Amino acid sequence: MFAYLVRRVIGAVVLLFIVTAVTFAIFFQVPKLGGATADDLASRYVGKSAGAAQIHETAVRLGFTDPLYEQYGRFVKGLFVGQEYNYGPSTEHCPAPCFGYSFLTQQPVWPDLVARLPVTASLAGGAAFIWLVTGVGTGIISALRRGSVLDRSLMSVALAGVSLPIFFTGLLSLSIFSYGLGWTVAGGTNPMDETNPIWWAYSLLLPWVTLAFLYAASYARLTRAGMLETMNEDFVRTARAKGLTERTVVMKHGLRSALTPILTIFGLDLGLLMGGAILTETTFSLPGIGQYAVIALRVNDLPKVLGVTLVAAFFIVLANLIVDLLYAVVDPRVRIS
Amino acid sequence: MSIEEIDSTAVPGVVPPALGEELLSVEGLVKHFPIRKGLLQRQSGAVQAVDGLTFNVTRGETLSLVGESGCGKTTTGRLLTRLLEPTAGKIVFEGRDISHLSEGKMRPLRRDVQMIFQDPYGSLNPRHTVGKIIGAPYKLQNVKTEHGVKRAVQELLELVGLSPEHYNRYPHEFSGGQRQRIGIARTLALRPKLIVADEPVSALDVSIQAQVVNLLEDLQKEFDLTYVMIAHDLSVVRHVSDRVAVMYLGKIVEIADRVSLYEKPMHPYTVALLSAVPVPDTKRKGNVKRIRLEGDVPSPINPPPACRFHTRCWKAQDICKTTEPPLLQLAPGHQAACHFPENQPGGESTIPVSTAQAK
Amino acid sequence: MTENQDSVVQRVQRGEAFLDVRDLRVHFPTDDGLVKSVDGISFQLERGKTLGIVGESGSGKSVTSMAIMGLHGRGGARITGEIFLDGQDLVASTPEEVRLLRGKRMAMIFQDPLSAMHPFYTVGAQIVEAYRVHNQVTKKVARKHAIDMLDRVGIPQPDKRVDAYPHQFSGGMRQRAMIAMALSCDPDLLIADEPTTALDVTVQAQILDLIRDLQREFNSAVIIITHDLGVVAELADDIQVMYGGRAIEYGTAEDIFDSPQHPYTWGLLGSMPRIDRERTERLIPIKGTPPSLINIPQGCAFNPRCNYAHLNGGASETDRPELLDIGSGHKVACHLSPQQRQHAWETDIKPKL
Ligand SMILES: Nc1ncnc2c1ncn2[C@@H]1O[C@H](COP(=O)(O)OP(=O)(O)O)[C@@H](O)[C@H]1O
Ligand SMILES: Nc1ncnc2c1ncn2[C@@H]1O[C@H](COP(=O)(O)OP(=O)(O)O)[C@@H](O)[C@H]1O
Ligand code: SF4
Ligand code: SF4
Ligand SMILES: [Mg+2]
Ligand SMILES: [Mg+2]
Repeated sequence: MFAYLVRRVIGAVVLLFIVTAVTFAIFFQVPKLGGATADDLASRYVGKSAGAAQIHETAVRLGFTDPLYEQYGRFVKGLFVGQEYNYGPSTEHCPAPCFGYSFLTQQPVWPDLVARLPVTASLAGGAAFIWLVTGVGTGIISALRRGSVLDRSLMSVALAGVSLPIFFTGLLSLSIFSYGLGWTVAGGTNPMDETNPIWWAYSLLLPWVTLAFLYAASYARLTRAGMLETMNEDFVRTARAKGLTERTVVMKHGLRSALTPILTIFGLDLGLLMGGAILTETTFSLPGIGQYAVIALRVNDLPKVLGVTLVAAFFIVLANLIVDLLYAVVDPRVRIS
Repeated sequence: MSIEEIDSTAVPGVVPPALGEELLSVEGLVKHFPIRKGLLQRQSGAVQAVDGLTFNVTRGETLSLVGESGCGKTTTGRLLTRLLEPTAGKIVFEGRDISHLSEGKMRPLRRDVQMIFQDPYGSLNPRHTVGKIIGAPYKLQNVKTEHGVKRAVQELLELVGLSPEHYNRYPHEFSGGQRQRIGIARTLALRPKLIVADEPVSALDVSIQAQVVNLLEDLQKEFDLTYVMIAHDLSVVRHVSDRVAVMYLGKIVEIADRVSLYEKPMHPYTVALLSAVPVPDTKRKGNVKRIRLEGDVPSPINPPPACRFHTRCWKAQDICKTTEPPLLQLAPGHQAACHFPENQPGGESTIPVSTAQAK
Repeated sequence: MTENQDSVVQRVQRGEAFLDVRDLRVHFPTDDGLVKSVDGISFQLERGKTLGIVGESGSGKSVTSMAIMGLHGRGGARITGEIFLDGQDLVASTPEEVRLLRGKRMAMIFQDPLSAMHPFYTVGAQIVEAYRVHNQVTKKVARKHAIDMLDRVGIPQPDKRVDAYPHQFSGGMRQRAMIAMALSCDPDLLIADEPTTALDVTVQAQILDLIRDLQREFNSAVIIITHDLGVVAELADDIQVMYGGRAIEYGTAEDIFDSPQHPYTWGLLGSMPRIDRERTERLIPIKGTPPSLINIPQGCAFNPRCNYAHLNGGASETDRPELLDIGSGHKVACHLSPQQRQHAWETDIKPKL
C-alpha cells in the first residue's frame, strides 16, 4: 500500500512536469513555428514606437532568443524561487511562486490567480455538492423504480440536461429568475466582495444551479446505470438472502459498489472545474479563473493563459491522485493485492 | 469431399509420420510469468505456471491433461499451440523444433496445430456469420478449395452435426452445444493433425456434453486426429483418453495409459483425485473410505520445495521435503513422480481404488 | 375423534411437511413472451432430510429456490401456488414477513462464492451482518459468533481470517465462509444452489462432506440443487428431476439411480461417463437441445427428444403427462405404461449404462 502511494505521488509530480513542459513548449514555441521570431514576440511587450533594435534588445533581455530548454528551466526555477524580468527601463520582480509575468498589464500572474481562485472554487464546490446530491439521488430513485412513469420522466429531464449547453440554460435562467422575477442578482457581481456568507450563496445560487443541472443530469444517468448493474450482482442477492431490509441492501450493498466508478468521474470533473468553469463564469460574468483565461486569450496575453493552464493541470492531476488513493480506501482489492 | 483434397502436409519436405509414430514431443517445458512489484516494478518473482514438462504425443491418440485449476493445463495448451513462447524447454512437432519459431514461421504450422476453447461464445466473433467464422482459416492461410469456400464450410457444418442452412446465422442464435460445434468446425477447416482442446465440454450440459464428446471421437476416427485434451472432469477424461497426464502445480506427477492410471494409480495425488469424484451410485454413499485432501493447492509463485505435493500428502516423509522425486517409469507405460508410490507392481495396494470396488 | 379430524384439516391447510411446496408456478412476462420458468411443481421435505433437485441449465432449479426464499422481486415474477414453511404460506405472506424468515429460518448458498460475497466488506463483517439482522446482540458478541462459525466450517485460524476480505480466500474457503454465513442463525432450511459447481473435485468433496456433517449437527432440511447426478447421489435422500420447468420424476435416491422410470432420467444417466463402471465405447446422448421456456413443446415437453414418444399413440405430443405415483412414493410424468417402461429399462437402457 505504501509503495503504491509513493508511486502514485511520484507519478503525479512527474506528470505535472511533463504537462508544464508541453504547455510551455506550445505557448512559446508554436508561434515561432508559425514564422514569428523572438523579436515579433518581444514587440508585443514594448511600445508601438520602438525601433527594431530596441525590440531585439528587449527580446534578448527577456531571454526569448535563448534555447527553449533554458527558458523552461528559468520558468521552473521561477516557480520555486521567483524571477527577475529585465524589462529595459526597469527590472520587474516576480515573487516566489512565479507563474509568469504579464507584459501587457505589467503584473505577475500569480496574485491574479490567487484572487480569482476563491470564486472558481466556490462555484465548483457549491455546484458539485448540488449535483452530487440531486444527480445520485435521482439516479437511485430511477433505478429502483425502473420502468415506472417517474423513472421515465426523470430520465427525460436528465437527457435534456445533458444535451442543453450552459450558455443556453444560463441565459434562460438569468432572464427568468434575475431580469424577469428579480429573485437573484444579475451577473457581474463578485461573490467574494463581502464577507457575508448569505450574500455569497445568494449571488452564486443561479450559477450553481445552472452548472449543477448539467452535471446532475449526467450523474443521474450514470448512477442509474450503475445501480441497475450492481443490483443484479450476486452479492446483492446474498444480502437479500440474509434477510436485510431493502434499505440496507440498497444503501450498504448496492450503492457502495455503484458509486465507486462515479467517484472517479466526480474527482475528474471537480478537478477540471477548479481550473475555471469558462462557460459558466462567462455567462454569469463571475470573476473566476475561467473568465480570466478568456480575457487573457482575447488580448493574446500568453503568460496569463499559461498560468491558468498550469493551475488547471495541477488540479486535474491532484484530483486524479486523490481519486486513486480514495479508490484504494474504498476497494480492498486495490489496497491488498 | 473438398476438405480431404486440401494438401495435408503444410510444411514441404516433411514426411507425415504414420499412425502410432510420435507426432509431438515436449522436453523440459517451462513457462514462468514474471511478477513485478514495488516502487520500481522490479521483477520480484514468477508464477511458475508450467515447470518442466516432458511427454510425447503419438499420432492418432488422445492424451489428456488433468489437474486442479491453476495447475498449468491451459498454459501448457497455449505453449503447445505456440500462442505463448516457452521460457525454457523444447517442443518438437513432426521432428521440427517449434519452441521459438517466429510468428511468420509458425504460420504454415498453424494449419496443423489447432486449439478448441472452453467458452465457445467468447471465441466466436459475434458480428461475423457462421460462414465467415468457419471460412476464415481458408482465407488466412490462402487455401484453395475445389468448390469454393462456401461449399467447404457447408460440408464442415454437416460434418459437425449442424445444418448447411446455418451458414448465414450469427453465433448468438445458437445454443452452447451448437456453438461448440461451430468452434470445432472452424478448427477442422484446415484438417489439422493435432488439436489441443481446452475444456471443450466443461461448460455444456450433460446431455449436450455427451453429443460433443461423441462428435470429437467420430472426427478423430474419420480424420486420424490427435488430441491433447485438457479437462478436469475425471469421468469424461477416462471416457475419451488413451493416455492421461496428471498435473500438480506446473508439473506432471503421473502419466500413464488410461487403464493403468484409473485402475492402478500410483501417485498419491492421483489416488486422491480419483477418490474425490462423486459417483452416481447410492450404494456407495457413506460406506466407501475416502481420501480427503486437506486445504488448497499452494500458490505457484512459491511452490513447496522438493515434492510439491508434500504439504497435502498423507504419505509425506522427510525425504519428500528435501528431495524432488523424479518422474520414473514404474510399470510398463506408467510413470509417476513419488518416493512412496501406491499400487506398485509387486507391492501391495494400501488404498482401495475407486474403479475396483464397483464392478 | 372430531378433534383428530380437525387437526388433519389444519395440517392439510397449513402444509403436511416442514417444507411443503404445492403446485408452484413462477412465470416471467417478458418482451418475447411469457417465460414459464417453473410450471407447477410440488414436493415435501422434513427436517434432517435432503432433497436433491437435478436438471440441465434452464430447467428452473434456481428459480424454484429463489421463489422459496422470496427473492424474486415484486415486479418481475408472477408466483402462484403455496409454499408452506413450518405451516406458514410464504407465497401469501407479505414481503416483510418473508424477509424476517430469510436468513433466520431459511438460508441459501450460491454457486460462485466470489461474486456472492461483497468485495468491499470483510468476511467477518458479512457474517456479523447476517447474524445481527435477526439477533439483538452487540457487535462484539456477533464477532465472536462469526469466529465460532468460521471455526466450525473448518477455516484455519478463524480469529485472524475473520478480518480478511473475500478475495484473500481461495475458492473453497470462500464457499466455507458462505456456509458459515448461511448457518449463522441456525436455519431450519438450507438451500444450496450448485454449491460446488465452481470448485475443483477435491474441494468439492470437502464441501459436500461439510454440508453433510453440518446437516447432521443442525438437523436442518437441505435442498441441494445441481446438474451433477454424482453430487446428489452423495447427499440426497430424495431426488426431483426437472425438465422444462416441471418435475418429471421424483423418488428416493435409490429409486432414481437403481430403477429410474422416465426417459429423460435414462438420457441423463446414459449421457454421463461413469468412473465407477466399465468404460463404455460410446456415450448415449439425448438428441436435440433443451426447450425454450417460452415455447414449451405441446404435450410432454420432452417429446421432441424422446426415443419412446411414438409408443403412446400421439398422447406424448398432445397431452401433458401428470406426475403420478407409481408406487411407494416414486412419481413419474410419462405416458408409457409400466410394462413398456420396465421393458425399455431392462433391455435398452440398463445394459448400456
Ligand atoms: N498471463 C499470465 N500471467 C500471469 N500468470 C498467469 C498467466 N496465465 C496463467 N497464469 C497463472 O498460471 C497458473 C496456471 O494457469 P492455467 O494454465 O490457466 O491453469 P489451469 O488451466 O490448469 O487452470 C495460474 O496460477 C495462473 O494464475
Ligand atoms: N427474472 C427473469 N426474467 C425472465 N426469465 C427468467 C428470469 N429468471 C430466470 N429466467 C428464466 O427461467 C429459466 C430457468 O432459469 P433457472 O431456474 O435459473 O435455471 P437453472 O435450472 O439452470 O437454475 C431460464 O430459461 C431463465 O432464462
Ligand atoms: S513424494 Fe512424498 S509427498 Fe510427494 S507424493 Fe510421494 S509420498 Fe507424497
Ligand atoms: S410422455 Fe412420451 S415423450 Fe414424454 S417422456 Fe414419456 S414417452 Fe417420452
Ligand atoms: Mg484452464
Ligand atoms: Mg441455476
